[in-house]
Amino acid sequence: MAAPSTTPSLPPALADAVRDDASLRRFLHGLPGVDQVGVEQRAAGLGTRSIKKASKLWAIDTAIGMVDLTTLEGADTPGKVRSLAAKARRPDPDNPDVPKVAAVCVYPDMVETAVQELRGTGIDIASVATAFPSGRSSLKVKLEDTAYAVDAGATEIDMVIDRGAFLSGRYGQVFDEIVQVKHACGDAYLKVILETGELATYDNVRRASWLGLLAGGDFIKTSTGKVSPAATLPVTHVMLQAVRDWHTQTGELRGVKPAGGIRTTKDAIKYLVAVHEVAGPEWLTPTLFRFGASTLLNDLLMQRRTQLAGHYSGPDYVTVD
Amino acid sequence: MWEYAPAPESRDIANLKPNYRMFIDGQFVEGAGEPLKTVNPGTEEVLAEVSTAAPADVDKAVKAARRAYDRVWGKMPGSERAKYIFRIARLIQERSRELAVLESLDNGKPIKESRDVDVPTAAAHFFYHAGWADKLAYAGHGPDPRPLGVAGQVIPWNFPLMMAAWKIAPALATGNTVVIKPAETTPLSALVLAEIIQQADLPPGVVNILAGAGDVGAAVVSHPDVDKVAFTGSTEVGKIIQRQLAGTGRRLSLELGGKAANIVFDDAPLDQAVEGIVNGIFFNQGHVCCAGSRLLVQESVADELLEKLRVRVSTLRVGDPLDKNTDVGAINSREQLTKIQQLVETGDAEGAQRWTSACPLPDKGFYFAPTVFSNVSQAMRIAREEIFGPVLSVLTFRTPDEAVAKANNTPYGLSAGIWTEKGSRILWAAQKMRAGVVWANTFNRFDPTAPFGGYQESGFGREGGRTGLEAYLDV
Repeated sequence: MAAPSTTPSLPPALADAVRDDASLRRFLHGLPGVDQVGVEQRAAGLGTRSIKKASKLWAIDTAIGMVDLTTLEGADTPGKVRSLAAKARRPDPDNPDVPKVAAVCVYPDMVETAVQELRGTGIDIASVATAFPSGRSSLKVKLEDTAYAVDAGATEIDMVIDRGAFLSGRYGQVFDEIVQVKHACGDAYLKVILETGELATYDNVRRASWLGLLAGGDFIKTSTGKVSPAATLPVTHVMLQAVRDWHTQTGELRGVKPAGGIRTTKDAIKYLVAVHEVAGPEWLTPTLFRFGASTLLNDLLMQRRTQLAGHYSGPDYVTVD
Repeated sequence: MWEYAPAPESRDIANLKPNYRMFIDGQFVEGAGEPLKTVNPGTEEVLAEVSTAAPADVDKAVKAARRAYDRVWGKMPGSERAKYIFRIARLIQERSRELAVLESLDNGKPIKESRDVDVPTAAAHFFYHAGWADKLAYAGHGPDPRPLGVAGQVIPWNFPLMMAAWKIAPALATGNTVVIKPAETTPLSALVLAEIIQQADLPPGVVNILAGAGDVGAAVVSHPDVDKVAFTGSTEVGKIIQRQLAGTGRRLSLELGGKAANIVFDDAPLDQAVEGIVNGIFFNQGHVCCAGSRLLVQESVADELLEKLRVRVSTLRVGDPLDKNTDVGAINSREQLTKIQQLVETGDAEGAQRWTSACPLPDKGFYFAPTVFSNVSQAMRIAREEIFGPVLSVLTFRTPDEAVAKANNTPYGLSAGIWTEKGSRILWAAQKMRAGVVWANTFNRFDPTAPFGGYQESGFGREGGRTGLEAYLDV
């Protein structure tokens, strides 16, 4: 386990939980279970909310402002990142009142380009790090990866947890890694990717969520987008419950970021309803909720136009970047 | 703050008519009783006028049912009966939207429940029982079980269409004919079901649907030519019926009140338990005979659970039943609202701690904000009497034995809920529970394949499943 100097300050009850490996294990296994049928039923039930008119327009604008516009491909080039940055600044050139997105999310070597393009816009630059997406490397490499991105100007780091260590029960190791990455982040925000598709059970998602929060993650994030299933509504419910419980116990607000597989406005609104009713209205802000997405933005823009114009236009009226 | 814009379902879909008539012998007829006005509890406006039955009409209906039984339905092969019942099921599905809106208008329940629960479950009961009609010899009630004859049925206002389906479908599948009376405050969906029955071309007299108040129900159940009585409603009325029928040789099944315990052990999945508790008591405004109206929670998790529960209940949206985002609709009648208010006052007077959701309520209509009483003891009226409203009484326990003892300490015994991640504890507790239905890590789930019914003052006889067929067979 990490040296006390790097351990985040926690209320006494939770400080005990991270005292040593055994305590951490006891704590995580002592969390209430998640009933699969129940959480899926609740997620499906909330999914039937009917969001219309002004409330829909508000949801669309809010969702646009929560998008971490992402490109994480081997084929990424400075040109691709520049056009993504342009899209982030001005999502809909015909409608300058459309809010800008929350952040642009790229690989570490593209951070520099993104920084140049986004300076002074207030848009954050998020970089994945820690041997994304698999996380299969040494701690040293992961920390250097993080430092590389931060030095290049990333204001947010999306790290992946070591799922192998988590699934074999080495929670202390996962905890230590997050703590040290957080340390390497300096002032940058840390989002902890759980890769819920590989954790498989909701109980594991809850444990990993708490692990990420205990270790100081500012956000807990569902997925890398490289593993299927990526974000799902029930998984996001479990994570929203975790940040809400965290708030109840510590008074701190931490964020949630579903990523991967959210492509339509309809889906995004279901997520916002979950944020609103499971975590609470105070989470409906880009500092506490993000969408990791790329294609979602254009659907939000098309739906926004539809709401304002009263008719559909089509995919050729929004820009493809 | 994010306010959801109103998203009302259009009331035109209900095809409301100014007048509704009773259905006797395959015809829609005016009854000789004083017509009643049925009211939308969400707005207090009159929806329609409904003609009601006089004693002579009841007699006419029973005679029609007898004739249909003797001449057509009693001797029709099961495979033929099944075709009619399947047809009714399909027509319910086809007209599901109309039925859902009508049900929410007349009853006050939120449209999302009538749309997603009441109407689909009603159709499912007809589908399920249609399948049994030609397989009765294999139902475990003997090689050639015979129908009883004419069934007189009286149903309550909390699930008007669904209760009609629960009563009519098994009776038809087993070869009986029916005289049924829906509740005084909610007659409309049953009378539209009569249209569906007519559309399905069911032979005249096989199903007769009357309207009226308790006096009509009393005339149906006490009619000498009725072979079988099925009643769902209050324990008080159930006892009167049982007294009337004693010694007549006529068969009786009763589904009465309840005061179900929802037991949350300390190893329960707490967030889902909260959902189950909410679903247990606030589903259908708590107008559910099997509602989980007593929450028994282990003391070691009581504070945490109650805190989560209050946060969750605060998010329930109370209001216009036709709004698709409404979670809790209108109380069915002023009378019921007054009863709830009176019982809640006894909770205050007896020292229970009351918490009420701060949700806004509409100015017009009958509404009651979701309420949770903590520090409740077994001796209080709110722990013993059925409130039949959105009011939860919370009690605590220390050991599993204490939980079971408290759960069973009621004259009722309709349903119970158990929340724990430990499978062995579920089985142990379910065996000890004196309740007809025990839900584990869920609540208020209904399926036509699962028998439903009670112990003690919650009644006897089962509805649904293979077991439920017995209530309509001469075995």
